[in-house]
Amino acid sequence: MRRIGIDVGGTNTDAVLIEDGKVVRAVKAPTSEDVTTGILDSLKSLGSTGVLKDAGGAKRIDGVMIGTTHFINAVVQRRHLTKVAALRLGMPASASLPPFCDWPEDLAALVRGGVWMVEGGHEYDGRPFMPLDEAAVTRAAGEMKAAGLGAVGISAIFSPLDPGHERRAAELVRAVLPDAAITCSSDLGRIGLLERENAGLLNAALADLARDTIAAFEKAIRESGIAAPLFITQNDGTVAEAAQARRLPVYSFASGATNSMRGAAYLSGLADAMVIDVGGTTTDVGQLRHGFPREANSVVQVGGVRTLFRMPDLLSIGLGGGSHVSLDPLKVGPVSVGYRLLKDGIAFGGRQLTTTDIAVAAGVLALGDRARVAHLDAATCRKVFAEAARLAEEAIDRMKTEAADVPLIAVGGGAFLIPEKLAGVSRVIHVEHGDCANAVGAAIAQVSGECDQIFKDMTRTEAIAAAQGIAQDRAVAAGADRASLATIESEDMPLAYLPGNSVRVRVRVVGDVAAG
Amino acid sequence: MALRDITLDDIESLAVGAWVLGTGGGGSPYLGLLNMRALYKEGHRVRLMPSQELADDDWVAAVSNMGAPLVGQERLTDSRTIARAVALMERHTGYRFRGIMALEIGGGNSIQPLMAAAHLGRPVIDADMMGRAYPEAQMTSVAVADLAPCPLTTVDVRGLESVVEKVPTWKWMERVSRKICTEYGSIASTCKAPRTGAEVKKWGIQGTTTKAIAIGHAVREAQRRHEDPIAAILSVEPGKLLYKGKVVDVERRATEGFLRGRTRFDGMDDWRGAAMEINFQNEWIVAWLDGKPIAMSPDLICVLDSVSGEAVGTETIRYGQRVTVIALPPPPVFLSPKGLQHVGPRAFGYDIEFKSVFA
Repeated sequence: MRRIGIDVGGTNTDAVLIEDGKVVRAVKAPTSEDVTTGILDSLKSLGSTGVLKDAGGAKRIDGVMIGTTHFINAVVQRRHLTKVAALRLGMPASASLPPFCDWPEDLAALVRGGVWMVEGGHEYDGRPFMPLDEAAVTRAAGEMKAAGLGAVGISAIFSPLDPGHERRAAELVRAVLPDAAITCSSDLGRIGLLERENAGLLNAALADLARDTIAAFEKAIRESGIAAPLFITQNDGTVAEAAQARRLPVYSFASGATNSMRGAAYLSGLADAMVIDVGGTTTDVGQLRHGFPREANSVVQVGGVRTLFRMPDLLSIGLGGGSHVSLDPLKVGPVSVGYRLLKDGIAFGGRQLTTTDIAVAAGVLALGDRARVAHLDAATCRKVFAEAARLAEEAIDRMKTEAADVPLIAVGGGAFLIPEKLAGVSRVIHVEHGDCANAVGAAIAQVSGECDQIFKDMTRTEAIAAAQGIAQDRAVAAGADRASLATIESEDMPLAYLPGNSVRVRVRVVGDVAAG
Repeated sequence: MALRDITLDDIESLAVGAWVLGTGGGGSPYLGLLNMRALYKEGHRVRLMPSQELADDDWVAAVSNMGAPLVGQERLTDSRTIARAVALMERHTGYRFRGIMALEIGGGNSIQPLMAAAHLGRPVIDADMMGRAYPEAQMTSVAVADLAPCPLTTVDVRGLESVVEKVPTWKWMERVSRKICTEYGSIASTCKAPRTGAEVKKWGIQGTTTKAIAIGHAVREAQRRHEDPIAAILSVEPGKLLYKGKVVDVERRATEGFLRGRTRFDGMDDWRGAAMEINFQNEWIVAWLDGKPIAMSPDLICVLDSVSGEAVGTETIRYGQRVTVIALPPPPVFLSPKGLQHVGPRAFGYDIEFKSVFA
């Protein structure tokens, strides 16, 4: 297996080549304004030693995995968003809380193309709540067409249990608007109409951007002469085929941090550990369980919108390789010189003392001009390192879920700030290529499938088995090799007040990307 | 004391405070809050009236939503539905209600009277019948007082309407109304047996809407100022700090239509090395520290997010959460022998003698 992993970060676009479980080569290139150029540059640099070619001179690569912050940035920065028609199937329920009702005003103004609410939806036990009003759906589609809308988000009550009404409505809309980009909320899982609908509307708003971005990724790969399928990494450390990522871009929102943690697991060989990813400006602390980041379970806000995305549970603090340092009184971060480190740092001729300058003075890093930081004595350096270590210890303690000491993997360009000994940590592991852990994480990503629904009149064991079957089918549909599937999360919750031994089961399975 | 206007900021605080008083259950007030934001935007306003302002022969409607919180998350909450339950009761009894009160101040049901009041143009009475959240119909001050359990109206958003005219006991009311609720799709808006002004003054738990607003206000102010929100709660309520720790295990099971189970915690800060376990039946019922019961119903056991100060529910609490456990004093009506029969530890199947944290 030869895979290329690419991580498009705010500062750098990293690329790695992995062959049979080993990192062959890792490179960094600056991220470009148009993301495509940065990817082309990093691929050029990755192939400059000829490692991408086999004996016959052909570029033999099994897959290219790209992680990007493009989609979440579009929402946070309110850029490149498409106007969306919201179609909710659930009348007469929920009328007082229409789609977009809990969005920030500015974002709603950009995205809300129109709201239609018609009768439809299901009960918790699968009975129809109301019959689907097909005539009203067709009428709504005509009005969407008249309004010039091309992106549609469809939601229905209890659609994760029975997506029938959403799918039928999508057919009816497509009959009127054949080229519409339609998102059904049932494709985004999870109980909770408002949050699921919000995710669907955000997804529909990203339709044009996803189409253009993924086309640009494909073009970059083609132009670099690589004939391999493109995968996009997702929030949970797995990948989706390009076609699915184009359809469901919201699943790729938080992949950068996840990739770092997955890369850390891979490079260290540890599946259960804490990970600290020290960048230029911030440090993320998370926890690996079975090789995957622990997920945040609660409501996640994206750009001010309440959603239920699968996101890693991370704590971010203002500590990094570019953090400002003041000596009297001693303070490290949270302000950082960021991407200007190589200009503004004292070791590089600038005027701002940073953690990197301290590391250069202490002989930990061989960068810039050590003579410029010769005035910083060993005791001063020790004090600054101790303060950075204290900040890290505090963050680790807040993210730990057990009292015992745990192993810690330190990755990222600023990992030099993490000493060999920390309170609450059994051992600190620094790994080779740790500064490209994010691209490594992308290269080794797997495919997942999830099921989250209510089962009735079954034993707990039967319900979990049924959920596993559904999750496995979804993983295979997303490109996984069935033989490699493993269940990594299984959670069941009996439902208070519902009769008939109702149980809500959430199961997630992962597997390797199927060959060819 | 006269009537006062409830501001939208009060309602934002009520949503936070009522979730704390929910003691783990009662459902999130979020959807009710969204409805109130919409109603206030449309120009509706709600006033709050102390019970003392009621005449003895006034009639008061007590309202709540019943059913599975999960169904509510899908059907959402339409503010008009609860108003219809009240209107149906007025048609059925011929009474004209002076005001509308909450059955249960804990959780989402704290906002139901406000929604009905906005649509019907009546004040909200500043009292409820639990002072917190409880899972069953007989776990109220009016059931402890043996006041009549009927009639009761149940409505759903599609227009279904039922009246339970006569049942002999609160337990019967629980069984019959639960059946109706299930047929409606496990969610129904209900107006409980009408109460006279005299009954509300004697048996209502007074000032609980004001109390929930004060708790929520304290939490939100502390968040805004980056101060400790839990210390803020304890500065407005005579509560006790019981424990700080991390969730290490959550075990849930459904029995007889309730969510039962236990959560185990490992201590942090001053409680390092001390283990807590809290049993729940929809709400937190008994807290054990190193195997000894230290707090139990009817004392309010509140599990709060250590950072935000907001309540953590029994349905959503999860492994790894960092929480602070506090106790708040119970309504005195539950401390009588009759009260303890209804809501003491034995009412939940724990063979222990009630001992208050505040004794």
